[in-house]
This record gives sequence, C-alpha cells and structure tokens, in this order.
Amino acid sequence: MLDSYLPVLVIVAISAVVGLAIIILSTVLSLNKDPSRIKLMPYECGMDPIGDARRRFSVRFFLIGMLFIVFDIELIFFFPWATIYEDLRMFGFVEMLIFVLVLLVGLGYVWRKGALQWE
Amino acid sequence: MDLAIPVILVIVKVLLVIFVVLTFVAYTTLLERRVLGWFQVRLGPNRVGPWGLLQPLADGAKLLLKEEVTVTAANRWIYLVAPLIVVTCALTPFAVIPFAKDLYLDRIFDQAASKFVLNTGVISDLNVGILFVFAVSSLGTYGVLLGGWSSNNKYSLLGGVRAGAQMISYELALSLSVIGVLLLAGTLSLTQIVEAQDSVWKWYVFRQPLGFILFLIAGSAEIGRTPFDLVECENELVAGYQTEYSAMKFGLFYLGEYAHLLFLSALMTTLYFGGWQGPFFPPIVWFLIKTFFFAFVFIWIRATYPRLRYDRVMAFGWKVLLPVGLFNVMVTAFVYTLWLQYRG
Repeated sequence: MLDSYLPVLVIVAISAVVGLAIIILSTVLSLNKDPSRIKLMPYECGMDPIGDARRRFSVRFFLIGMLFIVFDIELIFFFPWATIYEDLRMFGFVEMLIFVLVLLVGLGYVWRKGALQWE
Repeated sequence: MDLAIPVILVIVKVLLVIFVVLTFVAYTTLLERRVLGWFQVRLGPNRVGPWGLLQPLADGAKLLLKEEVTVTAANRWIYLVAPLIVVTCALTPFAVIPFAKDLYLDRIFDQAASKFVLNTGVISDLNVGILFVFAVSSLGTYGVLLGGWSSNNKYSLLGGVRAGAQMISYELALSLSVIGVLLLAGTLSLTQIVEAQDSVWKWYVFRQPLGFILFLIAGSAEIGRTPFDLVECENELVAGYQTEYSAMKFGLFYLGEYAHLLFLSALMTTLYFGGWQGPFFPPIVWFLIKTFFFAFVFIWIRATYPRLRYDRVMAFGWKVLLPVGLFNVMVTAFVYTLWLQYRG
C-alpha cells in the first residue's frame, strides 16, 4: 500500500527542485544585479514607508481561522461516512441528519453572535 | 537492478507529467490573453510567432532576465521559500488525476509492462485521492500567507491575510460540494470515480447538478479567480501578497496560479464529466478537451463578471455556500437511500 506513495514523494521532490532551479537560474541570468537603495524599500505608493508593516490587523481574520478549524474537522467526518454509505443506508442517513443539525446549531450560534459580519 | 527499474520509471513518468503540465500552464496564460482579447474585441498578443504562439517563451525569457529585488526589510528565507511552497503545492495534486486509461505499453526493458504500476494513466492511484488533493491544496495557503507576511509591506500583508481567510473559507464549501459525488461513487479514489462514469448519463454532473454549481463557485474562489479575485485586487491592494516579488519569484506565483486553474479544471472533469471517458478519440484527447473547455469557462467568467466586495465574498461563503452544501449532501443521501431500497 505504501508503494503508491513513492510516486507522490517523487513528484513533491521534483516540483520543489524545478521551482528552486527556476529561482537559481533567474538569479544567475538577471541583467541588473545591483538595484538601488530606493528600489529595495518596501513599496508604499512612492512614499517612504511609515513604520513596520506587521501591525495589528482585524480580529475577524483570526475568528475566521478558528471557525475554519472547527468546521473543517467536522466536515472530515463526512468523508468516511460517504464512502461506506451503501452499507449504512437509512441508519447512516438519520445519524448524519442529527450530526448536521448539531452543526447547523453551531453555525446559527456563530451567525447570531455576528462572527460572520464584516462591519 | 530489479529494484531500481521501477523507481527510475516512476521518476521518468513524473518528469514527463510535470513537463507537460508546465507547458500547458504556459500556454494557458496565452489562451487567457487571447480569449480575453477576443471577448473585448481586440487582438491580444499576436506579434511573437504565428498567432502569438511563442509569446509564453518570450514572457519566460523576460522574467528570467529581470532584476531580482529582495526588499531590505523582508525576512529573506521565508520570502524565498513562499513561492516554492506555492509551486510545489500546485504541481503535486496532479499526481492523483487520472489522465488516461493506461499508457498502451506492452514491454518495458524486455519485461511485461503489466509488471509495473507505471502502465496506468495516473501517477499514483491513492485510495484517499480526493482527501490528498484537499490536503495539498490547502497547504498552498501557507505559501500565500508567508509570502504576504515576509515581504514586510503593508499591501502584501493585507493581501496575504485576505487571501488566507478567503481560501480557508471556500475550502469548506469546496470539500462539502464533492461529498455528494463520493457518496454516489462509494470511493475516494479518483480512478474509480472516473471508471464509474462509463456513459454520458452516468456523469455525476447530471446526478449532482447543485453540487457541481457549488464546486464551480467554491473552486473559482479557492484559486482566486474573478469574481473572487480579492486576493490581488489592484485598486485596493496594488498586487496583494505578490507586491514585493519580482523576476522569476513573481513568475513562480503566476505559474502556481495557472497550474491551480488547470488543476481545478482537470478535477472538475474527473469528478463531474467522466474524466477520460468518451467515444471515438483516445482517452487522453477527451481528457484534454474537457479540461481545456473548463479552463475556457473560467476565462469566460473572468471576462463577464465584475469583482465582488470582500465582506460580501466572506458572507457568501459562510452564510450561503455552507448551508446549501449541507442541504445538497443530505438530499443526495436521502434520495440515494430511497433508490437503493427501491432497487432492493
């Protein structure tokens, strides 16, 4: 069974090597190797950059990240269920219905709390 | 020696596939520019070679010769690794896409071809194929996030964070939309999914129309295509997470983006339109026709729709696509149960 993962390993390695080769080639071939100091500044519409870029950003993104983890883990349960559904039939359907209802309660709670609101 | 031959053959096959994919990616950029030109009643690139066919080569040469700018404030190593992650994660999922039935080889090195796994029309037929696809493509989000963060540029950071949030939100809808297909096929292996669709009325698009629409929408958001290209919306964010990238490092992001586009078209073909199945022509031809048709559909969508607003995009993903996806799965399961009962 592990045999089928060898080609996967090979394709990961080869695509990484191709990417690296392209970067190295471009470093070697680039015509102007000494860009000026101004050009090496972070772009901020032609002004001198004000302060560091890594400042606070909206907490919404953080919330989305946390919600994603919760919902993604819940979605993972669908995959094995779908694969053997032909054996489960009505039993599987009712069980998954209950699970989906619980999931929807969670989604409804998050929705009501305004975690999906961007204003 | 007996042990080395399969490994060498695998490497040759992988190299071949990557070479072909990269060539197609280069020509997809040309296709996009020509088709967009056509939609907008202008010519598009037609100067380099006949019909502009050498344009991708010229672009590649130009990007290779451009000067390398690494911003002084950037975290050099992360800045360098980010495009590599994007490219690797864009090329790796092609490993599980079945592009043909088999390779029609009889003998390899004087041994029967059936001895090697190589003779199949897929690099590796994983039994968890579709999960592998989602796992690898969500790793690609790291490349975008790290690229945006390491540039130490405000536009890049904003673009990276936005891209990350959008990609993970639509990842949910995307994985939810394929569950209907998995349920009907009863397998996660893409090869078996294709084999189950051996005639046109068995194509899953006819049994999963809602699932297909969800997949199309969530997919185009996942790869950041219009109308969901908030990731790099130039009038707000300059160029998003790739603002500070130049020369071939920028080229790698670009390559990753178009490889994703092709991959999504290929996945759509595989899941909903019978993959390489089709009459008269050899399987590989059918596979390419279908894949490029969907690449064309994505370009068509780009030429037609304006860009959405970011809050609307996020709200749409969570408040519409997610509930509708759950509804689709449950209805599919219910109807399938009834059908199984009726059939006995």
